[in-house]
Amino acid sequence: MTAATPIPSERRRILREFWFYFSENRGAVIGLGVFLLLVLLAIFAPLIAPHSPTLQNRAALLVPPFWQEGGSTTFLLGTDAVGRDILSRLIFGARQSLFIGCVVVSIALTGGIILGLVAGFFGGWVDAVIMRVMDVILAFPSLLLALVMVAILGPGLTNAMIAIAIVLQPHFARLTRAAVMAEKNREYVMAARVAGAGRLRLMFRTILPNCLAPLIVQGTLSFSNAVLDAAALGFLGMGAQPPIPEWGTMLAEAREFILRAWWVVTFPGLAILVTVLAINLVGDGLRDALDPKLKRS
Amino acid sequence: MIRFLLGKLAYLIPTFIGITIVAFGFVRLLPGDPVLLLAGERGITPERHAELSAQLGFDRPIWVQYLEFVGNLFQGDFGLSITTKKPVLTEFLTLFPATIELGLVAVTLATLIGIPLGVFAAIKRGSWFDQISMGTALVGYSMPIFWWGLLLIILFSGILKWTPVSGRIDLLYFFPNGTGFMLYDALVSGQSGAFTSAVRHLILPSVVLATIPMAVIARQSRSAMLEVLGEDYVRTARAKGLSPFRVVSIHALRNALIPVVTTIGLQVGVVMAGAILTETIFSWPGIGKWMIDSISRRDYPSVQGGLLLMAGVVMMVNLIVDLLYGVINPRIRHS
Repeated sequence: MTAATPIPSERRRILREFWFYFSENRGAVIGLGVFLLLVLLAIFAPLIAPHSPTLQNRAALLVPPFWQEGGSTTFLLGTDAVGRDILSRLIFGARQSLFIGCVVVSIALTGGIILGLVAGFFGGWVDAVIMRVMDVILAFPSLLLALVMVAILGPGLTNAMIAIAIVLQPHFARLTRAAVMAEKNREYVMAARVAGAGRLRLMFRTILPNCLAPLIVQGTLSFSNAVLDAAALGFLGMGAQPPIPEWGTMLAEAREFILRAWWVVTFPGLAILVTVLAINLVGDGLRDALDPKLKRS
Repeated sequence: MIRFLLGKLAYLIPTFIGITIVAFGFVRLLPGDPVLLLAGERGITPERHAELSAQLGFDRPIWVQYLEFVGNLFQGDFGLSITTKKPVLTEFLTLFPATIELGLVAVTLATLIGIPLGVFAAIKRGSWFDQISMGTALVGYSMPIFWWGLLLIILFSGILKWTPVSGRIDLLYFFPNGTGFMLYDALVSGQSGAFTSAVRHLILPSVVLATIPMAVIARQSRSAMLEVLGEDYVRTARAKGLSPFRVVSIHALRNALIPVVTTIGLQVGVVMAGAILTETIFSWPGIGKWMIDSISRRDYPSVQGGLLLMAGVVMMVNLIVDLLYGVINPRIRHS
């Protein structure tokens, strides 16, 4: 009937076809590999990290990485200004970033899908009100809006995540609405309606599964945006608060040492860049694999 | 054209009302009593508190306060900054040229590098140039620009000592009746070395701020160009025996650039958000840094005014881009 309930062999065929197109993009496969590695690091952080991320080693302040003069293999990537092991903090930081990405995308995706479905399905003044509210959110520079929201709610990781989710959510609402508008007058929807499907069933079971491709791609892009924005808020002192080993917060703490100890600045930023890059590579691959127009060419 | 413009303007009215509600509502939700903040550290008696509340209008119904707020906006009254006691609009307009200058240089840089990069990548699709430039663009797109700024400071200011760490110009130079646009002021002042100093201060911040727009423009130019190169009229032009240069520059490029113009316009929002981070890192005295300072000082008339004005600027630029799109795209112009 709909794509939501394909028979198992059909589902396997779809997955195989998807993987065929996805794996043609070498960058996407590398990105996926790096991302999975990060997930493993995050899950097994306590087992992998050589030290506690918050343990202050007073005897080893601002120790350089092991390959530099004065460095030691005890602290592979050196220590920060209060003697915490940077490598361990980075490994634990992966937990924060992936957690932020998951939570933000879940909230933004759920909110955006519901609003977009309602707006697209009902149309009229409901649509107008919802979409004007989305326009208002989009009219503000996203980071600025998130900053002011965090200033109101109080600095911290949870509030930062809520603020970023609200700022990212209109993109999902717009995409869903556009897809619903395109789908809702198609024959299969008419058929389901005639067959007596209720509104909720029409919205969530009949139409939604056919609008998923752009949402998945947008979800990936939002994941990387969430990681970047949360790090930016952390850097501005409005995100995760010390001593939480969040990469942006680590950079904020490292700022005053930039001309004395390059490693305290370099590694957290590199971790953010690698993570975001990996997710964006996956996003590009997903877009190519899910876009039927590109597939045919 | 006029109907097109009026239609667009009518569309903006609800958004504008929404923005005023958000800015008005937000600052009333900010923690901290504004009257106590105004009084400063000396404290205040309950009678004086009530008197000040009445004077500032905080004791009236919220919708009266809102209507008065909007009425004042139309007279250019955005309130007084709590920290400097100066009108918020004056503060904004004093600092805005610094952000415009930085933003304009960044967007120009991004366009001048981004478009050729994307266009050549599309023409040489699949070549090493395509792969390297698109790889670089993706790295730029994924860049945490606050970190990128710090890295450039370490390299160019710390190690190589080529550029200054912060500010807009050396303290030696001062332009009492300047326009606020440092490059221009330095140039017309005739003081030797002033212009070079302003340029040296501008290089790193503008490179940092240009990074993400450049990546977006390059990617968009490439895909727009690829799409156009596959069109029938390009094939016809080739079949007519026109030189590849002519086909690309006259037939393909002009059409490919239409969607890119929109992309460049949309970067204004990105640049505004980026300015917050870039100006903080380089102590650039623009509105991004001013907003951060105002938020941390809980100077809430400034936060409110800044939010409104920044959203207003983004809205206006988007409107101009929409109109420009109508002008350069014949399909929209004639529809």
